[in-house]
Amino acid sequence: MSAPVFVAGKGVISAIGNDTAACITALENGIAGIGDMAILDSVHSHELPVAEVKLTNEELATLTGMSSRFSRTALLSAMAAFEARKDAGIEDFSRWRTGFISANTVGGMDKTENFFADFLSHHQKGQLRNIVHHECGAATELVADRLGIKNYISTISTACSSSANSIFYAARLIRQNMLDVVIAGGTDALTKFTLNGFNTLMILDHKKCQPFDENRRGLNLGEGAGYIVLVSDKVISTLKKEPYCRLSGYCNANDAYHQTASSPGGTGSFLAMKGALEKAGLEPWDVDYINLHGTGTQNNDIAEGTAIQLLFDPRYPAMSSTKSFTGHTLGGSGGVEAVFSVLSIQQGMIYPNLRFETPMKELPFTPETVFRKGENIRHVLSNSFGFGGNCSSLVFSVV
Amino acid sequence: MYIRATANISPQLSFNELLERPALYNGNRLTCIEPDYTRLIDAKMIRRMSRIIKMGTATALECLNGSGIKMPGAIITGTAYGCLADTELFLAKMIENREELLTPTSFIQPTHNTVGAQIALMLKCHHYNNTFVHRGFSFENALQDAISYMGDEQIANVLVGAVDEITDSSHAILSRFGLYKSNITSNLNLFNTLSKGTIAGEGAAFFLLNLEHSENDYAELKALHTLYKPESVDQVKDNILSFLSAQSKNIEDIDLLITGANGDWKNDRIYREFQNSLFANRTTLHYKMLCGEYPTSSAFALWLASNILKEGVIPNVLLEQQPTGKLKNILIYNHYQGVHHSLYLLSAC
Repeated sequence: MSAPVFVAGKGVISAIGNDTAACITALENGIAGIGDMAILDSVHSHELPVAEVKLTNEELATLTGMSSRFSRTALLSAMAAFEARKDAGIEDFSRWRTGFISANTVGGMDKTENFFADFLSHHQKGQLRNIVHHECGAATELVADRLGIKNYISTISTACSSSANSIFYAARLIRQNMLDVVIAGGTDALTKFTLNGFNTLMILDHKKCQPFDENRRGLNLGEGAGYIVLVSDKVISTLKKEPYCRLSGYCNANDAYHQTASSPGGTGSFLAMKGALEKAGLEPWDVDYINLHGTGTQNNDIAEGTAIQLLFDPRYPAMSSTKSFTGHTLGGSGGVEAVFSVLSIQQGMIYPNLRFETPMKELPFTPETVFRKGENIRHVLSNSFGFGGNCSSLVFSVV
Repeated sequence: MYIRATANISPQLSFNELLERPALYNGNRLTCIEPDYTRLIDAKMIRRMSRIIKMGTATALECLNGSGIKMPGAIITGTAYGCLADTELFLAKMIENREELLTPTSFIQPTHNTVGAQIALMLKCHHYNNTFVHRGFSFENALQDAISYMGDEQIANVLVGAVDEITDSSHAILSRFGLYKSNITSNLNLFNTLSKGTIAGEGAAFFLLNLEHSENDYAELKALHTLYKPESVDQVKDNILSFLSAQSKNIEDIDLLITGANGDWKNDRIYREFQNSLFANRTTLHYKMLCGEYPTSSAFALWLASNILKEGVIPNVLLEQQPTGKLKNILIYNHYQGVHHSLYLLSAC
């Protein structure tokens, strides 16, 4: 029941790069992907910066061999999932019990928006091909079918913690010997629906976001996808390469405080981090780096920061929010940041928290501001907290 | 795994009413009979909730009340469509107002995890909380997660369920895909003719799963299996046989088969084929004339099977002739649009 779960592959696409190598280059050089809208068509294009993937749907379709009529959510998912599968180097995929567990929050909303504009004028109007992939599960199936995965397919949607939960669930199914190989993570595309929704909540930054800064103003929405390939020890023994790391701990807890706000004390965040460390059999001081949820909103950063203080004081590990590079990719963020966490262990990297200027007056610690490489990183904690109080933390550890 | 309690809100009022007076519908859209929510939820909260959130949270709370357990070890929800009404409302306003002057209310609600989150909020439950949104597997995945989580963490019980709603828009759109019968006079006539289309449904159903057996359990959930896009009827048949044999059962042990037939002649071909071969001579009933077709309707089937096993009686509307002998094992076989196939094995306690 408690077999180890290894990470054998990774794939990512975000505003800072179309694959892992491009993302590493941007992280290393401190180049954020946040800026003016070039692809999303919104009236807010000049006031709200976003972190867009720098490829059109047509370009994504060409690169993935899929149709540009598919939702951008599915196209982004395919880019990262295909990279992850290739990177894992598992020959003869079909001999294993395989799974694809993905996550997203918008489904095919980018296409539904177009459909609905016509549909509103008359219920017989609007092209059905624009709504056929509306459901969250549709994006997962489009990609699973092209990955050649049939044994287990699932989609999770718990707002911003969605893809951390898909990785969590995948690990459990491997531990329990239900599956051998699972590509797990998540995806989300920028849509007018989410942009306007977050805008009404008044938590979007009109400049580039500054997570964990005293003068933070909100978050920048981003888009992207990230997947890791989780495998059992049986699979690892057949591979020509060493696994990147283990997924050693995970926990999901609920803040049970408010639909869209975190409790001031960060109860859910604290329980998720504490539970994940317990599952991994680690003490707080064993953690070398925390990839923060760090959205840049007033509410998240003080709740997360307070929970970190409660758990880690007085010995704080290095920490940073890579959302200062990628924006908040919502249902994709847990997957994108899982890839960055895996890289942190594999290459000893610690990423800077861009644009950090002023420490938060409530907190005794500050995030990292300089890129470092070649560090001895043994354990990384990755946080994903979301609407609905859904909080999840993952722990990645050296093999 | 034992089903200690179950509750539902569906186009049928209750299991007792189903025995006496099943609800009849004369169109192709079955709508939930909603209870007086003030019995379960604070009136101030009710005003802020959209219909699906009321249906989901009230069902979950009623299920929990019936279980005698105050704080579940986890809350896991399945929903294929999520909160459609709120999504449509926000979309419509966004389009009409050209992205200006929008209010947050209808955006806050439609995230798919809202029902699960609201249940946690009402119970002040900090435990594991997850939401599955995978089409015709949304409920099955939620149950599989529940079972896996209980096994991994030695959690005694989990509150797990599913909810999906129909709205005017979703009904109009799905009708354009040709899913529904255009001229049906009664839901009870769903299987009378071999014709195209089914009837639309919706509903919420929740279950309190417990590791340990207790006095008042509805049934034991022995096993659950899902199959995605099978390549042939034979593959489904092989899956059914291996599913049963893994539980040391064979076809003859099944006292009642509940199928997901929905009245669409093409959709129901596989059920007809099995009725003449694999399941010949098995007592069989179809449930979708009571709740309609929707991606999480298997939760209604599980609620129905649980009640049949607890009460030891099958509603006449589903089966005119009660089978002889005690009902021990029920097999549910459902598929959603030929893509998502699921199997449940339940036993009387």
